[in-house]
Amino acid sequence: MLVQQLLNGLLSGAVYALFALGFTLMFGVLGVINLTYGFYFSTGAFVALYATQYLHMPIFVALPFAAVITGIVAVIIDDLLLGPLRRAKAPELSSLMVTLGATLLLYSLMTACFTTDIRRFPPAVFNGGAFEIEGLRITLSQILIVVTVAIIVGGLAYLLQRTKLGLAIRAIAENGDAAQLMGVNAGGIVRIVSFISGALGGAAGVLIGLNYNAIQPYMGEMMMLKGFAVIILGGLGDIRGAVLAGFLLGILETLTAGYVASSIKDAVGFLLLVLTLWFRPVGLFGRVVAKRA
Amino acid sequence: MMHTLDNFLFTYQSLIYALGVNSLLALSMYVVLAVGQLSLGQAAFMGVGAYSSALLTLKFGVPFPVALVVAAAAPSLLAFVIGAPTLRLSGVYLAIATIGLGEVLRIFFLNWDYAGGALGLNGIPELAGFIWIFGALTIALAGFVAICRSRVGRAMEAIRADEAAAGVMGVNLPAYKLGALVVSAAIAGVAGAFNAHVSSFIGPNEYGFDAAVTILSFALLGGIGSPFGPVIGALVLTALPEALRPLHDYRLVINGLIIVCVVIYLPGGLLPWRISRIGARK
Amino acid sequence: MSDALLEVAELTVRFGGLIALSGVTFSVTKGSVHGLIGPNGAGKTTAFNLISGMTAPSSGTVRLGGATLDGLPTYARTARGLARTFQNIRMFREMSALENVMAGAHLGTAESLGAILCRLPAFRAQEKQAIKWAREILSLVGLADQAERPGGDLAYGDQRRLEIARALASDPKLLMLDEPAAGMNPSEKLGLIDLIKKLRARGLTLLLVEHDMHFVMKLCDRITVLNFGAKIAEGAPLDVRTTPTVIEAYLGTKVARGLEVKA
Ligand SMILES: Nc1ncnc2c1ncn2[C@@H]1O[C@H](COP(=O)(O)OP(=O)(O)OP(=O)(O)O)[C@@H](O)[C@H]1O
Ligand SMILES: [Mg+2]
Repeated sequence: MLVQQLLNGLLSGAVYALFALGFTLMFGVLGVINLTYGFYFSTGAFVALYATQYLHMPIFVALPFAAVITGIVAVIIDDLLLGPLRRAKAPELSSLMVTLGATLLLYSLMTACFTTDIRRFPPAVFNGGAFEIEGLRITLSQILIVVTVAIIVGGLAYLLQRTKLGLAIRAIAENGDAAQLMGVNAGGIVRIVSFISGALGGAAGVLIGLNYNAIQPYMGEMMMLKGFAVIILGGLGDIRGAVLAGFLLGILETLTAGYVASSIKDAVGFLLLVLTLWFRPVGLFGRVVAKRA
Repeated sequence: MMHTLDNFLFTYQSLIYALGVNSLLALSMYVVLAVGQLSLGQAAFMGVGAYSSALLTLKFGVPFPVALVVAAAAPSLLAFVIGAPTLRLSGVYLAIATIGLGEVLRIFFLNWDYAGGALGLNGIPELAGFIWIFGALTIALAGFVAICRSRVGRAMEAIRADEAAAGVMGVNLPAYKLGALVVSAAIAGVAGAFNAHVSSFIGPNEYGFDAAVTILSFALLGGIGSPFGPVIGALVLTALPEALRPLHDYRLVINGLIIVCVVIYLPGGLLPWRISRIGARK
Repeated sequence: MSDALLEVAELTVRFGGLIALSGVTFSVTKGSVHGLIGPNGAGKTTAFNLISGMTAPSSGTVRLGGATLDGLPTYARTARGLARTFQNIRMFREMSALENVMAGAHLGTAESLGAILCRLPAFRAQEKQAIKWAREILSLVGLADQAERPGGDLAYGDQRRLEIARALASDPKLLMLDEPAAGMNPSEKLGLIDLIKKLRARGLTLLLVEHDMHFVMKLCDRITVLNFGAKIAEGAPLDVRTTPTVIEAYLGTKVARGLEVKA
């Protein structure tokens, strides 16, 4: 029982980590909390849904396809909304407000197109296959989740630590102006980072859609709240922290649902958020972005 | 003459109440924006005010003025708990924490059977009315104008213009920002109580993210150069959908669009006029 | 040095890998004009930020009038008599010049919330008092005729003077000026020299960062020289100017030529 719950917790934690990774990367490098990020989550899920339904793609093709499309959407949205503000060097809160308005706009448009009905992957994609090992039930989609998250996190770590592009991204995250002075092409990096984080959010959307086999426009909104909790607990902009905090939240949630009450499961993230803000605002690893008053 | 006025008031009663309540909400947003912060908890604060006052009058028969005091105090306390740790940090933390607060409260009300759960509360006595709502609005507006034109108003604008520089001028930043948030929560709570006591029904889904963003759009559209800006924004955005009923389904789309466009293209809002910050003849 | 107003001891700060200030110690005598100079990136502004509380030091202490300022936020330091201006002007751009100065007088204006809301006569009197004080300071820096204009609309040199006025409004014991003459024309600079002399004559203590060596040499009683975050020299202007390490630090810069000519 406990082992099964820990397993389930790890699985949802893996997706939280994936989702939060793109979110925190965006903040770390671009310096804005982009609230449209939850929309990318829904977008990824819908693209995968349509790709499997009408283009008859197998899911392991549809997943990267959805990630790429979402990444492109993210670049376009960032260019349209935040580009002008970045050029005008507008205050931090302006970009927050713009993405906020855009979130409302995008969700409402999406709802107008797709309604709030819950959609499901075609049965061919989602064969509820599962097997048991020593009493532990593991579904195929869960395996897909683990494999995908492992590949993506590993790939991202490699990109950031071992490549020139990764070095440039980290340089901008550390100090945008200085990096620009040293010849890093900031505009290009901004697009690449938007693309990567959009793709991460989209992929997370596909995976959650698969796991629960339920897709609807507002699925990203609930996810945003968990994303907030995870990136704050991990430390704003801290990639390692986001991964660890994602797993932590996943496990805490399943344990709460199992041993306390499943109705308050979704409040765990917020509680974690408030406790972090009160007692450790710099996050798990103490990356200091917190400003002195 | 009197008769037509009565008719008018009757036909448009709920619209008129909405104008007043939304103006109060816009003012509650204004106080926070005026110190350069962004709260997305205004709808949640409103919800706490609405639920607490409605439960008190409905289930305990508490007199309305007493319920109103609780409706102001309860969200203020919440604002303190959320604001005290976050306002020491950069602005995004408050925004994030208040978005979270809104969602958690929605879940809470949804699951709180005593308060009607998903069905909400019905049959709330209609104790508020024109005098209450517009009396409160007038007092709040006058209060803010008075505050603007004083040492406190100067400090607030200084914080919004350049927080660090304001600190160097000796402005106690955490106290000002927390004070603004607590006052804002109290006003939103009172507005929520009014709303509950004129519409007789409240439900858990009225105070979610959409409502929070709508309240923000009032203030941004009107502009925050003076307390009048947000009120104008609220009046326009409340009356306009009535005039354009066919567009009703796209209300949220329009609100979202307004925020995006105003922030990018019209940072001063509809009323860019800036109130003087000095309270005596120069 | 019992008559030191500001004492900075072993002040160190790191930004990531960069040590922007390492073990800097100096003190500013009451009633003097003290210069803090050094080439670009030497850590002068960083020192101002640490003293005024805008940046937390990695180690070291700051004392004002014998009492420690360590751990205090900016506004509490202002309350103890510190005031500063900024190298990259940080005006409250939409507020009028008068309002800017009145905002600077925040701590000296004791209006209670009750009095403000009820528009009590006491409030009006305090507000009048604040206006009078702000106007005095504006005329002291020569901006009396600009009182009603938004701070952000003033000419560059005027904005620098308005920043000084805003800092003076808190009636500080120590006024720290970060490159006050930058961007000023020669006649404005002369006016600024007069102003600083006037302020010293009133008993104010000044800590001055400035690249214009004529300006510094003319005004300062004592000078501390920083290079790469460390103190490399200190003394009277004449001595500092002839110190080999200082000349070396400035070698090849425009300032160096100024030093040589005078030396
Ligand atoms: N917040 C910060 N983060 C990282 N590095 C910083 C920060 N503030 C200052 N520095 C670095 O510290 C060093 C000292 O900078 P500082 O601004 O104090 O120099 P300065 O002596 O005032 O120079 P200038 O004469 O050009 O104004 C510089 O290398 C600068 O890049
Ligand atoms: Mg400097």
